[in-house]
Amino acid sequence: MALKIPFPIQAAKPVFTESISSELEVRVRKRFANPEGSFILNVHLRALAGFTIIFGASGAGKTTLLDCIAGLTPPDEGRISVGGETLYDSEKQQNVAAWKRRIGYVHQDLALFPHLSAEENVAYGLRALSATERQARAREMLTAFRIDHLRERRPAQISGGERQRVALARALVTEPRALLLDEPLTALDRPTKSLLVADLRQWNQHHRVPILFVTHNGEEVFALGDEVVVLDAGRIVAQGRPHEVMRAPRSETVANLSGLENTFDATVQALHEARGTMTCRLAKTTVELETPLVRAEVGSHLRVGIRAGDLLLATENPRGLSARNILPGTIRRVEQRDVIVSAFVDCGQAEFEVHLTLAARDDLQLRPGKNVWVVVKTHSCHLLGV
Amino acid sequence: MNWEAFWLTVRLAAIVSTLLVAIGIPIACWLTYSRWRWKFLVEAAVALPIVLPPTVLGFYVLVALGSRSPIGRWWESLTGHTLAFTFEGLIIGSLLYSLPFAVQPFAASFGAVDPTLLRASASLGHSPLQTFRRIVLPLSKAGLVTGFALSFAHTLGEFGVVLMVGGNIPGVTRTISIDIYDQVEAANYSSANQTALLLLVVSFLVLSIVFGLNRYSTNRRPWAVGPWR
Repeated sequence: MALKIPFPIQAAKPVFTESISSELEVRVRKRFANPEGSFILNVHLRALAGFTIIFGASGAGKTTLLDCIAGLTPPDEGRISVGGETLYDSEKQQNVAAWKRRIGYVHQDLALFPHLSAEENVAYGLRALSATERQARAREMLTAFRIDHLRERRPAQISGGERQRVALARALVTEPRALLLDEPLTALDRPTKSLLVADLRQWNQHHRVPILFVTHNGEEVFALGDEVVVLDAGRIVAQGRPHEVMRAPRSETVANLSGLENTFDATVQALHEARGTMTCRLAKTTVELETPLVRAEVGSHLRVGIRAGDLLLATENPRGLSARNILPGTIRRVEQRDVIVSAFVDCGQAEFEVHLTLAARDDLQLRPGKNVWVVVKTHSCHLLGV
Repeated sequence: MNWEAFWLTVRLAAIVSTLLVAIGIPIACWLTYSRWRWKFLVEAAVALPIVLPPTVLGFYVLVALGSRSPIGRWWESLTGHTLAFTFEGLIIGSLLYSLPFAVQPFAASFGAVDPTLLRASASLGHSPLQTFRRIVLPLSKAGLVTGFALSFAHTLGEFGVVLMVGGNIPGVTRTISIDIYDQVEAANYSSANQTALLLLVVSFLVLSIVFGLNRYSTNRRPWAVGPWR
């Protein structure tokens, strides 16, 4: 395991013919300021080859974390290493300069050099190579990222998605030991996004480097992640596989971030070990929900989170459904946001937010005062730690 | 029309503004990126020639170049004559006199380069110096041209410093503005008028070229002169 790989000084020579997994280990503490005041970024994480998503609201410290890894801002203390080589160590007073770290970094605003063509941008990091080799490598990369036809153009003359590709190609062509991506897909539409992600995955199959991918978009977490790290106010609040972390969020930060619109305090009423479920009563209401069984005792308190998009509405009392929870209620408000309609339904002091399509609203003639039934599947109820 | 004085002045201005590009870039670079807490003192010192009467500046330069100062003595031991009242002395005086006209546009355009580009360059393996050469300088083209042209035009028209440091030696230190002064003193108004008009036209042309070039510049903040004019 302790295989020491000698790195040449030149920035971009392709040293690895074999694929070698490098590991990125980061333990940093840094005071940082955001619009809501100052936070302490206090993070310890280990990223293996592949995608690690850093997920969090804006101001959670995601970019500060990347800057520390890239060497663009010094942590207050800690240790950062990649592939066994120490980049920063506050105890040993070690701090490798950013330009010697060989860490690829794609900034949120891409930072393409406006006075250079796409090809010159991509070739920029290949300083150590001869001019002909530089050009050959840059062209190869442009082709791999399907932007070969743009090589003469300046950044101002190409589209946003193409710019994103140039920025990625520019970072990847230098064969970095780790790749930091700061919300690189935010500006892209969905098809462009998935195509780019596929290209990135393909690249990493050969290179096997850790890719830290920062986002505040829950959808991207599912689309990309081998591993997700949830950051809130500078701390890691959850970590694991996207489906474990996001689908069954155990903390409320994650719940809010991943869009659990309905959260309730609840008390365990009964355990049904045989069925793998339990009955919970929502606090201060008469509403009882059948939820998945967790390790809990009758009478214990917990929180239940339900996505608004997971709920069904019926205008008649439905029969023959597999869903265990059918709650009668009255519509209080109907709001429209973009193409999503939110109906707020009062089911005996518990208010549920239900997401519907415009067509569903019109077909069912949903309006305030109408009596409806809210249908909640057992497995749509996520139990959050208290 | 004194062509000798005219060409002497053009030569002086060309040498001075060229040297100022070489001297001004490192100074402007330091002023832009240094985080030294006393930097403002240096900024004030560089800007001094803008507000100081040229005679004051000229006086100190004359004293510094004279045979009583260490610099003057060193130069004398090297060349056998003092710097005062020579063309070289005039260059030194003019360098100081026009320094802010080069440094301030340079610094303003360096400062206008988006810092994320510098960060990106570092992550792509370029040292600060390489980054400066490949990113900052090319993106500051407009500021460099502006600084060069302004210091050129400013040196063309200097009077006080030249008079103090260079005196009025035909072919050596008699510049065009001193020539105009002489002709007016001698009540030779038509000759003075011709020379003055020539200086006016040349200065206007130089500035027109600067503004014209900047119009086509791709920089976001092309016209980067300091807050002082």
